[in-house]
Amino acid sequence: MSALFSAKNREYLLGPLSKNNPVIVQVLGICSALAVTAKLEPAIVMGLSVTAVTAFSNVILSLLRNTIPTRIRIIVQLVVVAALVIIVDQLLKAFAYEVSKQLSVYVGLIITNCIIMGRIEAFALANKPWPSLLDGIGNGLGYGMILVIIAFFRELLGSGTLYGFRIIPESWYIQNGGCYLNNGLMIMPAMALILVGLIIWVHRSKNKDLIEK
Amino acid sequence: MENLLNIFVRSIFIDNMIFAYFLGMCSYLAVSKTVKTSFGLGIAVIFVLFITVPVNYLLDNYVLKAGALQWLLGESAASIDLSFLSFIMFIAIIAAMVQLVEMIVEKFAPTLYNQLGIFLPLIAVNCAIMGASLFMQQRNYGSVLEATTFGLGSGIGWMLAIVCIAAIREKLKYSDIPAPLRGIGITFIVTGLMAISFMSFLGIDLNKLKAQPAQTEVSAQVSQPAVSEGTTTALNAE
Repeated sequence: MSALFSAKNREYLLGPLSKNNPVIVQVLGICSALAVTAKLEPAIVMGLSVTAVTAFSNVILSLLRNTIPTRIRIIVQLVVVAALVIIVDQLLKAFAYEVSKQLSVYVGLIITNCIIMGRIEAFALANKPWPSLLDGIGNGLGYGMILVIIAFFRELLGSGTLYGFRIIPESWYIQNGGCYLNNGLMIMPAMALILVGLIIWVHRSKNKDLIEK
Repeated sequence: MENLLNIFVRSIFIDNMIFAYFLGMCSYLAVSKTVKTSFGLGIAVIFVLFITVPVNYLLDNYVLKAGALQWLLGESAASIDLSFLSFIMFIAIIAAMVQLVEMIVEKFAPTLYNQLGIFLPLIAVNCAIMGASLFMQQRNYGSVLEATTFGLGSGIGWMLAIVCIAAIREKLKYSDIPAPLRGIGITFIVTGLMAISFMSFLGIDLNKLKAQPAQTEVSAQVSQPAVSEGTTTALNAE
């Protein structure tokens, strides 16, 4: 059991959470990271879906890695990922219909999420299934974490709620005699980009070695 | 015709792939270091979108949609709904088309192939291509022509965005940016600012524009007295 969670394996799992984060360090999978983060709920669902797909696709392709001819590997990867995404999409439609409506095309776009293809190419095709599983989960969670951080600020400042629960009291609002207004810009796509920029700024000030020349 | 123009302008400016939907961000950030390469990638994306969106439209409407197989199998096919297969079919078509385009370009336009070389195979996993097909499916366009226009417009919008950011990044090299923001960080913020400026296109309602021409002169005359009236009331109030 201890061998399963050796220092190296723990690094596969925890590295992507900060030092090697897929979104803000490797700059992969930005597309969906920004589009689904106006509210906390879809962001969490999206993070979990991507984690599931990365983990399973990593395991499956790691098991297949010695049998796939190199020339057609992209097609094989796409088929495996697409099959997994179809399962996730059907599950979401069955058990979380409202959220799947909010996520709209972005569920399908998990297929072309660069994190998944990137981790398969860079890790699963060269490693055993168990480390690949950990790497997949780690990267999925690293991605989900950034989604949750962005969604937290966007929902709190943009709608005054968190996960649908009201945080800023109704009576503070200007129409109820208070002096507070939601920041409408936070709901707009533009602010998501700027927030990612700011997160990168904070993260790189903490980890000086990541600073670009 | 007006409808096509509407779709075309909408897909370039209002529903811009990058600024409104963040599609194709990965290659947008990775390849936008110089204007020349980003222009090449932009052309390749337009090309692939122009082909894959109509092909996926036909596939969706004649094979995958609920009851779409009726033209082939008759009434008995009315209950067949293959739409859950659309993700895998779309991505298969895109991968195959990219491969095909690559071979055709290599055969007939070797110079273009050399310029695009590295980018063409990468396009298969560009979210913008898959995203355009999924939006096409979601928005239920009425004809192949509309779908093609949408594909072309989205491609042009994407190229516009990547060429703009590449031009800005070329200049950014000479600016004094806080060290942790250098590179990717500032690119995100600049993209955000560009997205804000593109938000100004949100106010354009092309359907109203169509009904406008008869009214424009009248409204111009009407607006004149309205202003003076406003000022007179303001003066009265004083």
